[in-house]
Amino acid sequence: MSEVKTLSVSSSPHIRGKRTTRNIMLDVILALVPALVGGVVFFGWRALVLTLVSCAACVFFEWGYRKIMKLDCTVGDLSAIVTGILIAFVLPVSTPIWILIIGDAFAIIFVKQLFGGIGQNFMNPALAARAFLLISWPVALTNWTANKLVDAATSATPLAEGVSAESIKLLDLFLGKTGGCIGEVSAMLLLIGGLYLVIRRVISVRIPLSFIGTVALLAFVFPQNGCDRLYSMGFQGLSGGVMLAAIFMATDYVTSPVTHWGQILFGIGCGALTIFIRYFGSYPEGVSFAILLMNACVGIFDRIGRKKRFGEVKQKEGAAK
Amino acid sequence: MARSFFGGVHPKDMKYLSCDAPITVFPTPKTVTIPMSQHIGAPCKPLVKVGDHVLLGQKIGDNQGLCVPVHASVSGTVKAIEDLPHTNGINMLAIVIENDFEDALDPSVSPRENVDSLSAEQLMDIIREAGIAGMGGATFPAHAKLSSGLQKVDTVIVNAAECEPYITADDRLMREMPEKIIKGLRVVMKIFGLSNAYIGMEDNKPEAAASLKKAIGDDITLCVLHTRYPQGAEKQMIQSITGRQVPPGGLPAAVGCAVFNCATCAAICDAVYDGLPLVRRVVTVTGRAIETPKNYLVPIGTSFRELIDSCGLKEAAYKVLSGGPMMGFTQYDLSVPVIKGTNAVTVFSQKDRVAEKNPHCIRCGRCVDTCPMNLMPLNLYKAERQNDTEALDKLHIMDCIECGCCAYGCPAGIPLVQSFRSAKQKLRNEQQKQKEAVK
Repeated sequence: MSEVKTLSVSSSPHIRGKRTTRNIMLDVILALVPALVGGVVFFGWRALVLTLVSCAACVFFEWGYRKIMKLDCTVGDLSAIVTGILIAFVLPVSTPIWILIIGDAFAIIFVKQLFGGIGQNFMNPALAARAFLLISWPVALTNWTANKLVDAATSATPLAEGVSAESIKLLDLFLGKTGGCIGEVSAMLLLIGGLYLVIRRVISVRIPLSFIGTVALLAFVFPQNGCDRLYSMGFQGLSGGVMLAAIFMATDYVTSPVTHWGQILFGIGCGALTIFIRYFGSYPEGVSFAILLMNACVGIFDRIGRKKRFGEVKQKEGAAK
Repeated sequence: MARSFFGGVHPKDMKYLSCDAPITVFPTPKTVTIPMSQHIGAPCKPLVKVGDHVLLGQKIGDNQGLCVPVHASVSGTVKAIEDLPHTNGINMLAIVIENDFEDALDPSVSPRENVDSLSAEQLMDIIREAGIAGMGGATFPAHAKLSSGLQKVDTVIVNAAECEPYITADDRLMREMPEKIIKGLRVVMKIFGLSNAYIGMEDNKPEAAASLKKAIGDDITLCVLHTRYPQGAEKQMIQSITGRQVPPGGLPAAVGCAVFNCATCAAICDAVYDGLPLVRRVVTVTGRAIETPKNYLVPIGTSFRELIDSCGLKEAAYKVLSGGPMMGFTQYDLSVPVIKGTNAVTVFSQKDRVAEKNPHCIRCGRCVDTCPMNLMPLNLYKAERQNDTEALDKLHIMDCIECGCCAYGCPAGIPLVQSFRSAKQKLRNEQQKQKEAVK
């Protein structure tokens, strides 16, 4: 019986796949790098400073909260860094650093940790922080600094300007030659990151495609201010935070459905609400509120999307015979 | 024709360690320990006493009800009848036989000439008396599967998937003795009165497929399926080959299917044609810690320690599994014997240790995508943690086949299968309580 002390006893399975929470988060961080580089090119070094400060603050708040509450330290899973990057990405580059840090604290402590930490929050921390800051300091959050690649001294985001004149070239929107928040302006760089995540199987295309597809479809069917349908479609899909939100925010594991049909319905809901808020709401941008509202419905979508029980279909068929 | 099943994962199959080692006869051990319970159903009662002399192939335990007898796998003297460690983790009644190295055969073991003239009932009786239980691991008595499937079964499937990583026992059997598998299968077909059958296997064993192809006739269809775990799970195998789904809580016979492991078919051939009961089986001894991985023809009752010693250890054993890494059971006492359902002894070294991770579910949904039974493992886990038996029932916890796909892919490293085993017990206890309350 000498083995009793030396042999390990555990439940099957005894092997594990290569994926860990940490390496998934690392992939997401890597996927955000192109957009971060874009942010620096478009808005200057302050974009990088804000992003780094935001990451540091998020990690600090997460570490501090878990320490004070005597919980296990979850900083190593890197999810706080993802949240930190995303919070910086949805703020204008001129945002004061103290406002940014308040946003970080709100996201990590109130939205994430008070509900139990990673995996337990029902709202996307970065978007909740943005919504919180937008309501609290609306002026600071809508102070659009000029994109260095755009001539105009100061320019609002295209969404605030409206689409009356078809004055904004879709190619500029795609490349990122436009005003906006640090990480949201270049659809191209965000798509590169999204493609990487899909190839690495971190996310599926279900949520981004149904989200962007719904935005594009509604913009095509209901063009605003009489502009060209195709232009309206491209404009609504490429402007504002749609790409960033559809690829990196709506696909947040914790706050999105796990079933395939649930994910598709979730994406459609996000897209429809985005257009609804943009067209009829008092805010020019509706993406963050759209996702936050849909976050609250994840349970319903998962119930609708649940797969058929194994063997149930055939049983009924057999009974019919 | 061949379809697929839901979900599944692709673990590294690691079969290269032992797949080229031909089946060799294991040198007969000094003693064998024959547990009275090697099958699903009622344990056998010993038919011999301490001190009795037994012959190879002699029936030494049997019982009424759902039960198959056990036989002496060597000739010699009964040394002890007592509770001893079993691969299921608890001590169970077993007969210890000291080998006299004579290999004196019991008179009942003799080849049959008149197999073609035997009736279905006679064949099933021979199979029962030979002590044949499913050799893929579940160890369901073969005669019971046959008799309960009479009139219902229209499709017989030989399960040759061997989808568990590391194990190559069935692979070698198919390469070296395909005709035995086919002969056994034809006996099964005769009992059911069927003129055709399927063999389901994975495409990672081309040599075995080629060998079977040569041995089969037009009446047997060889289905080479994609390699994906758990292709060899009974319900998934049926789904892949016929497209039928076994109803919840039901047996394969409910959809007209009967599935036999290929080793079981070979054992049926031995029993029917040679009169030899199930006293030995092919066992793969493998794993990173094993010096020379081998496929052994082992007398039932041989201890794990002897098998491991014979193959040598090149690294200290960290985990010893009865079976493969996805569904195998860890052993803590190496005196446990090989039983009818033991297809492999897998020995892991410290390097195979699964890193401890923070068990925080991030709702990534990988468990939902890979579950072959269409369950929601993350919700089941939550319900188990909250002792919510009502939710467990609504989420169909009893459908779980414990294949381990969910836990294999879980990035948070949550021990999901362990949680579900405990959840099933909690639900059973709760249902028992409710039944008693009604009374």
